[in-house]
Amino acid sequence: MSTSAKNRIGQTRIVGAPVLRKEGVDKLLGRARYVDDIQREGMWPGATVRSTIPRGFIKSIGFDRRINWTEFTVVTAADIPGKNHVQLIHADQPCLADGMVNHCDEAIVLLAHPDKHKLRDAVAAVHIEYEPLPAVFTIEESERQETIVWGSDNLLKSFLLEKGDVDSTWAHAARIVEGEYRTGAQEHLYIENNGMIAEWNDESGVTVWGSLQCPYYVHKSLLAVFDLPEDKVRVIQTETGGAFGGKEDYPSTLAAHAALLAMKSGHAIKMVYDRMEDLAATTKRHPSRVRHRTAVDQEGKLLAMDIEVDTDGGAYSTLSSTVLSRATLHSPGPYVCPNVRVRSHAWATNTVPYGAFRGFGAPQAIFAIERHMDEIAAAIGLNPIELRRRNFLHDGDTTATEQVMRDPVILDKLLDRALSESDYYAKRALFARENPHSAVKRGMGVAAFFHGSGFTGSGERYLNSLAGLDVTPAGKVRVLAANTEFGQGTNTILAQVAAEAIGLDYDDVVMAPADTNIVPNSGPTVASRTSMVVGRLIERAGRQLVAMLREHAELDEHFTSGEFFAACERYRAAQGEVVSLCRYEAPPNIFWDDQKYRGEAYPAFAWSVQVAQVAVDTVTYSAEVEDFWSVQEVGRVLNPILAGGQIEGGIAQGIGYALYEKVVWQNGHMANNQMTNYIMPTAEDVPPIHVFFEEIPFQHGAFGAKGIGELPHDGPAPAILNAIRDATGVGFHAIPLLPEDLFVQLAAREIVAEAAAL
Amino acid sequence: MSDRHGTIRFCVNGENRAVQVPPMRRLLDVLREDLHLTGTKEGCGEGECGSCSVRMNGELVNSCLVPVLQTEGADIQTVEGLAISGALHPLQHAFLDCGGAQCGICTPGMLMAATQLLSINPRPNMAEIREGLAGNLCRCTGFKRIFDSVIAAAAVSQDHSTEQAAHAR
Repeated sequence: MSTSAKNRIGQTRIVGAPVLRKEGVDKLLGRARYVDDIQREGMWPGATVRSTIPRGFIKSIGFDRRINWTEFTVVTAADIPGKNHVQLIHADQPCLADGMVNHCDEAIVLLAHPDKHKLRDAVAAVHIEYEPLPAVFTIEESERQETIVWGSDNLLKSFLLEKGDVDSTWAHAARIVEGEYRTGAQEHLYIENNGMIAEWNDESGVTVWGSLQCPYYVHKSLLAVFDLPEDKVRVIQTETGGAFGGKEDYPSTLAAHAALLAMKSGHAIKMVYDRMEDLAATTKRHPSRVRHRTAVDQEGKLLAMDIEVDTDGGAYSTLSSTVLSRATLHSPGPYVCPNVRVRSHAWATNTVPYGAFRGFGAPQAIFAIERHMDEIAAAIGLNPIELRRRNFLHDGDTTATEQVMRDPVILDKLLDRALSESDYYAKRALFARENPHSAVKRGMGVAAFFHGSGFTGSGERYLNSLAGLDVTPAGKVRVLAANTEFGQGTNTILAQVAAEAIGLDYDDVVMAPADTNIVPNSGPTVASRTSMVVGRLIERAGRQLVAMLREHAELDEHFTSGEFFAACERYRAAQGEVVSLCRYEAPPNIFWDDQKYRGEAYPAFAWSVQVAQVAVDTVTYSAEVEDFWSVQEVGRVLNPILAGGQIEGGIAQGIGYALYEKVVWQNGHMANNQMTNYIMPTAEDVPPIHVFFEEIPFQHGAFGAKGIGELPHDGPAPAILNAIRDATGVGFHAIPLLPEDLFVQLAAREIVAEAAAL
Repeated sequence: MSDRHGTIRFCVNGENRAVQVPPMRRLLDVLREDLHLTGTKEGCGEGECGSCSVRMNGELVNSCLVPVLQTEGADIQTVEGLAISGALHPLQHAFLDCGGAQCGICTPGMLMAATQLLSINPRPNMAEIREGLAGNLCRCTGFKRIFDSVIAAAAVSQDHSTEQAAHAR
């Protein structure tokens, strides 16, 4: 590490301190303004008429004569002035269905009326006649390609990643272990549903306010739908009540809907989904099927990994290609193996498009490899801890994409700490003694994993983010970034980084509103990139600002806050606005081949080892996580309160993913689209969670930070199912694992055992 | 459901209010739309998530499940009634210090549930805290820092409540 890097990440005053959440007081007083809290003059509510079949032609749209439709604004695809698609990676998803629907709950007609009760009656009075077409609902149905529902082959995306020569390895293996692992859909269940307000003005164009992660994604999408120039679309994020990826792409659709109604009605329009509509109509985590075939030698060293990753992408491509990419790259886990082949496919089905959800394909991939490692350990009679230790990546090793680990990798240390904090060996020994005499079987399970920080491969270069700072006449430094706060702490950490880089107090820095008329495009708030990538831009902008003031406004080497802002006013008088912007610069020696899927997949990885203690009740067949430990290396911890909160919250979601959260499908419609029957962990279900950080500053992240937000969701599901295997001796291969699933396998085993005893 | 408006009189955050609304209108809507107290949030509309929790006559209720006719003469407290003269309530302080609020959307309801818990049990143990907050869902925190917040507030909350009661008179 260079001397300058050491100085950057050595002694700090504000970075690393538990400063209080920037917008915390507003949230605690109940005065933070979420989209549904905002009223505009003359505003009407808007509503959506949705498809009731999974696939078919729209034969007619009928309007019930009992309704006086002249009171309503009615919008269909014919009213779209620009392109009828949601602009993302591909343009296959219509903004409003036109002639055909490809999933249940697809938007067809939009309505607005000043009275929300009349509006609800009107939604039920739009009668759509369909000519149904055959639909597919599973990966298996889609990959058979008997019914083609997307493109020419149902294949949304595929990747091939190859290292070494897998096929010539099988003959030399001491053991070959195969396994198939499945994960289900998962709902984000942010407590604030999706919502948007839109206004139309013939001169200024479209303005939307909403609950969203990525203002510039919405901006880009509205440009296409309305065929407007960039300065005629304005997107403003309102306080956002949770997102987790669920407000990455969907707000682009909802913003277009609200804006279409606003344009046609001449009124401001508010569309806030209720829970049932949000659950039925918006994105979820991709279901997956991952198959592993692994060759090991006599000592348990990995010789070859042949992996097939298949995901269910839903009806349109949306983000499935990039989710599949991350799943592909994380599928071999944090291990060294000379021969690796990953063949991956995202398949179209006739369900709501699956989208971004914390981890973005990695939780599916890590579930499979980390469950599989325990199956390999069992097959060769080796302790699962020891098997992992023998295969961990270390400094200088190469990953499956032949990325050389140039920065320190401390998996052994993380594992040691996780084992000692959880008292792993003593507990396993204790449970092994107790279990035979108890109806409650306890076990310990481990998962070791990594998570790539930032966009994959050349992604950050393409994003080409711009962010920075300005100084207001009122004497505050403002952070100018399109990165949004939705609970994870963007406001706080970017303000900390700015204050630290300049040499000011935390209170001297405020956030500019996430408004596309005010902030530059610093990229989306996704992919664990805010701390590392955008934070680094803010750090550079802070240093650049100080240098600028020294050169042009006689700022001294050492300065007080008063002297700094006085220098800013001198600069303003002489030179104009005080602004410092920085554009993304890739770390050196980064090379990525998108065709061969080879090279530096990510500029940095965050690492973690988690341990779950689980109790399985063999009377009720319920599994309960009793205790949980998580040790991670995420680079420099910018704020210990926020970082701890990210890890704990991610683990709780991971526990839900493993044991509680099941999306029930009925002919392509989510049947349990209520909080009553889609169950997430409550205050009584979440175990004590013990969080420990090891810090190795990353030279190219803000004051040494790497990504953190997604990492903790990757590990709980495999750690928990490994613990259940330890407790019961039965390896379960699919999540969610509900009591009825436990019952089927455990009771079956008992019946076989009883029969054998007779 | 009757559309005929009636007058409902109740006390909200220490202030007597009267509203002319249909009697079956949800208390949640009356608070948010008629009284512009938007601190109380709707999360599910069916009493599962607890985001709309308010205190009514010393009990915790989901305001999405309460028709406003049931509130005639009631004493209602919402998140806006916690702070006194702009000073944070000890629970609000504790949530801020401990990281008990992330996205903030469950926070008003969570604060009301925690207030209710501490009002009947000023020194709750962990099992009692978990039970007291079990009707309020938080998707961000994993609850740990919310429990920490309640524990931290427990020491001072009772004094503050007494003070607040005096203030309300």
